[in-house]
Amino acid sequence: MTNHRVSYTLDSTLETVDSAEQAATRIASEAGFDDDEVMRIAMAVREAAVNAVLHGNAYDPGKKVNLAFERIGHDLVITIRDQGKGLDLSKIPDPLAAENLLKTSGRGIFLIRSFMDEVHINPSQTGTEIKLVKHVHGPAVGGKEASQ
Amino acid sequence: MSMKISTRQVDGVTVVDCSGRITLGEGSVTMRDTVRELLSKGQKKILLNLGDVNYIDSSGIGELVSAFTTVRNQGGELKLLNLTKKVHDLLQITKLYTVFDVKDDEAGAVKSFH
Repeated sequence: MTNHRVSYTLDSTLETVDSAEQAATRIASEAGFDDDEVMRIAMAVREAAVNAVLHGNAYDPGKKVNLAFERIGHDLVITIRDQGKGLDLSKIPDPLAAENLLKTSGRGIFLIRSFMDEVHINPSQTGTEIKLVKHVHGPAVGGKEASQ
Repeated sequence: MSMKISTRQVDGVTVVDCSGRITLGEGSVTMRDTVRELLSKGQKKILLNLGDVNYIDSSGIGELVSAFTTVRNQGGELKLLNLTKKVHDLLQITKLYTVFDVKDDEAGAVKSFH
């Protein structure tokens, strides 16, 4: 697998969420992941994009979402950055706690962590950056380069 | 593919056939509106057939939870039928599989309503 990077600057809209998911599906497929892993990666990216658009940028048309896919060594590294106030990690509830099971929201970060090998969340006053890492396993990986 | 919903009556139970994606935006709204409309008509025995739902995100999961609690709070019952593997796996990892009453046989599911 050779190093390659593709990035997008996207509006704070629901269409961005779908676009991010579609890009993740395509790039993860091109990286050689099987269908189940592609679905998990794409869902993690979708959930991160939802957080960026809704909770980070709050649909502000003046704020953008940056989405980047990189192949670094044997990893697929995906970075999603918003321009919001910065996620307060202490306020993320445990969705598996009995008192939270029937809540209608709050599962996005949990699903992201469930589906990716590494998740790094870096909130700041100028926005939140979330980095998702998926390790590539097996010799079949290393197909076509991702393209924009 | 967006979400499509149709409803039918089977022995006093409203079977809601769902297909497509239950995701943030249109899919979740369609689900919410359908359940509200059924409740407003007094149809409180609801069987959600998710056999053709090929994708659901955290918003969709939240919508299922919302539908479940809304129906229950009005004295009704909402059950799930024919989960695809993807939806089944998501309900497992979110520990919701044991919260919902999940069925895989429509006739048996219909009979199970009180």
